[in-house]
Amino acid sequence: LQESESENKLDGETASDSESKSDFGGSSPVPTSDDTPEVLNRALSNLSSRWKNWWVRGILTLAMITFFFIIIYLGPIVLMTIVMCVQIKCFHEIITIGYNVYHSYDLPWFRTLSWYFLLCVNYFFYGETVTDYFFTLVQREEPLRILSKYHRFISFALYLAGFCMFVLSLVKKHYRLQFYMFGWTHVTLLIVVTQSHLIIHNLFEGMIWFIVPISCVICNDIMAYMFGFFFGRTPLIKLSPKKTWEGFIGGFFSTVLFGLLLSYVMAGYRYFTCPVEFNNDTNSFTVDCEPSELFQLQEYNIPVVLQSVLGWKTVRMYPFQIHSIALSTFASLIGPFGGFFASGFKRAFKIKDFASTIPGHGGIMDRFDCQYLMATFVNVYIASFIRGPNPSKLIQQFLTLRPDQQLHIFNTLKAHLVDRGVLGSLEDA
Amino acid sequence: EVDLEERLHELDLRSDSDIPDVPPPTDSTPEILKRALSGLSARWKNWWIRGILSLAMISGFFLIIYMGSFMLMLLVLSIQVKCYHEIITIGYRVYHSYDLPWFRSLSWYFLLCVNYFFYGETVADYFATFVQRREQLQFLIRYHRFISFALYLTGFCMFVLSLVKKHYRLQFYMFAWTHVTLLITVTQSHLVIQNLFEGMIWFLVPISSVICNDITAYIFGFFFGRTPLIKLSPKKTWEGFIGGFFSTVVFGFISSYFLAQHQYFVCPVEYNSETNRFVTECEPSELFQMKKYSVPPLLQAVLGWETVNMYPFQMHSFALSTFASLIGPFGGFFASGFKRAFKIKDFADTIPGHGGIMDRFDCQYLMATFVHVYITSFIRGPNPSKLLKQLLILQPEQQLSVYKTLKSHLVEKGILQPSLRG
Repeated sequence: LQESESENKLDGETASDSESKSDFGGSSPVPTSDDTPEVLNRALSNLSSRWKNWWVRGILTLAMITFFFIIIYLGPIVLMTIVMCVQIKCFHEIITIGYNVYHSYDLPWFRTLSWYFLLCVNYFFYGETVTDYFFTLVQREEPLRILSKYHRFISFALYLAGFCMFVLSLVKKHYRLQFYMFGWTHVTLLIVVTQSHLIIHNLFEGMIWFIVPISCVICNDIMAYMFGFFFGRTPLIKLSPKKTWEGFIGGFFSTVLFGLLLSYVMAGYRYFTCPVEFNNDTNSFTVDCEPSELFQLQEYNIPVVLQSVLGWKTVRMYPFQIHSIALSTFASLIGPFGGFFASGFKRAFKIKDFASTIPGHGGIMDRFDCQYLMATFVNVYIASFIRGPNPSKLIQQFLTLRPDQQLHIFNTLKAHLVDRGVLGSLEDA
Repeated sequence: EVDLEERLHELDLRSDSDIPDVPPPTDSTPEILKRALSGLSARWKNWWIRGILSLAMISGFFLIIYMGSFMLMLLVLSIQVKCYHEIITIGYRVYHSYDLPWFRSLSWYFLLCVNYFFYGETVADYFATFVQRREQLQFLIRYHRFISFALYLTGFCMFVLSLVKKHYRLQFYMFAWTHVTLLITVTQSHLVIQNLFEGMIWFLVPISSVICNDITAYIFGFFFGRTPLIKLSPKKTWEGFIGGFFSTVVFGFISSYFLAQHQYFVCPVEYNSETNRFVTECEPSELFQMKKYSVPPLLQAVLGWETVNMYPFQMHSFALSTFASLIGPFGGFFASGFKRAFKIKDFADTIPGHGGIMDRFDCQYLMATFVHVYITSFIRGPNPSKLLKQLLILQPEQQLSVYKTLKSHLVEKGILQPSLRG
């Protein structure tokens, strides 16, 4: 899909595609091969390049969205596996860019070390998460119990081994390159691995907390593009010349609306609203619960301003829909900064796309650049406004305390419960 | 707006390795020292300067320990800020990036954000009673993560908005440099403070072990050094390494023995809301009560004793000293490699004869994290007051179910008598 300069300026392509194209020009360190499947190539051979590109992107977009629906249907475990695979692919893409840019394929040990660090950090995070959610399972199996009790120590020891290997691998001529790659690896781990674990935490809270944010970002991407295509006039930011204020604002309102509608539909199903739990008896994940009050219809008074517009006095909504407004707002207003960051990065390192994994779209990172901040935001939002700490995690921590500390906490809790009237004063609860 | 030259040039950043030499830091030895030592040869002069400054630093350290935990925390904070400043300044010099728009402000802003986040998470727990009394603080605590994240996001958006066409790569480099530096300096300093709250002995023994290892490895290397240890630091020798290891273990035993006797060092630091001061007063835990240990038969022949009275903490000090001697030096090698990579002699010239603060603290990098991980894995469980605080935030139904689980556990273990009165 090598297109000429003039066509780039006429095409209504999304910003992330064309700015990097326009200053990338002839030679490139990472030539992206045309890996559009032959089938598509033949079917579209009659159309002009511009429409062909549009069709390829369109078809691939539909394919990705369909795939997304299928894995949602398949359940939480498949979703988690997919998140894990996406994480690994993103890590691989960014590290490969580093290699290409620094021509550092020959650095001793470095490929092994990068993958080793990825493994370590994943082990640490998965260990922390798994221990919380699979608590009873872990307590039953002896080796798992020891691994979980000394988890931090083991993770730290593993990381240290990698660190020492790095120091021992330093070679006189390549010091600086090696430090660059070390820094590159760590920043990449920070971005990619932390986000993916926050996503999984969100998923455990309830699939709706996973699906609504991701869909809002995708919707904003698509809507901003459409509004920009049809109404775009005023440029938004020098970094991405194809983005316009019209697209930005149109995308914002569409995403908020989309969020409200999607939440309304999803909040009716337990499959989406219940926290994912691991059932010890059946050894599988279940989503079965009494929906929390977030997911029970309530009457809201419409502010006077909107009453004249909509003609209703009250409306029945799920409280979750109010939260979805916050999520959509973030996705539309701040999410794009993640996209600008990625655009800046691509221009800085003179690459067109992160990779050529998805025909017409680029690499996995190209699709997920706006999601960077979304996962962290949702996680922080949930922790701050929705739920408190996880009770089973607290019990687990309690069991590691000394007996006198346990007794002290127990008595304080008891006094607190009696105070609140939750517990009768002469109890045997 | 396409830059033709940029377009045609294939991006090859290996040239980033060819940095001009950074000018050597100026000699900041005070005049008075220079005059006093003017008679000696250069080698001895250097030795004397380093020696005097070492003594000065150690005395300063003792003075601050005497002044208490609060001063120690301030010291840790100042060191963290100075280390951060030193590393960031190196970045500026290496990339000639003084003119990057906004970047200095952004670096300091990110330092502030990350510190705010960490201090809010850790310190807030310890000041629980103080915080409970004040409404505004309660609000800040409850939404702490959200506020910290919002602050960080602002910095992130400012960075994106500050990207300038000609300087993209430099700006991304500095952004990454800032973040890696924050990761190293700020996390370590907070782990140091958490160790401090556990008991000053957990702060003093690790740091002294690293310093001791530094000094004794140097002395052993000076007198007996023959076999080079690692290409990266040609001055280090195996003799120094092994001699340093044994000396540090012995030093750790001895210093633990003395420190373990005083409540001032052994007790967790607590904030007394009535007197508005930090207090270290408690019933010493069993770690700090003398026990009889049987000496293993191997050592019985050597030492001539069958049993020995030791504090259990001394066994732990053995682990700490071992780490300080065996793995700690890797932090030093890492810093040496870094200095060679960026062709600098010292991180800065803050301390005459020694270089910058980072030069003194390079071996401490990993020690603080190790001590923290060690404490959480082997010594104590989670912080009881933090646990209680979280329990009190739960929904009443959750609290009730937790209460029932706890009760059945305590009854099972016999800690609680299963009577009607509980």
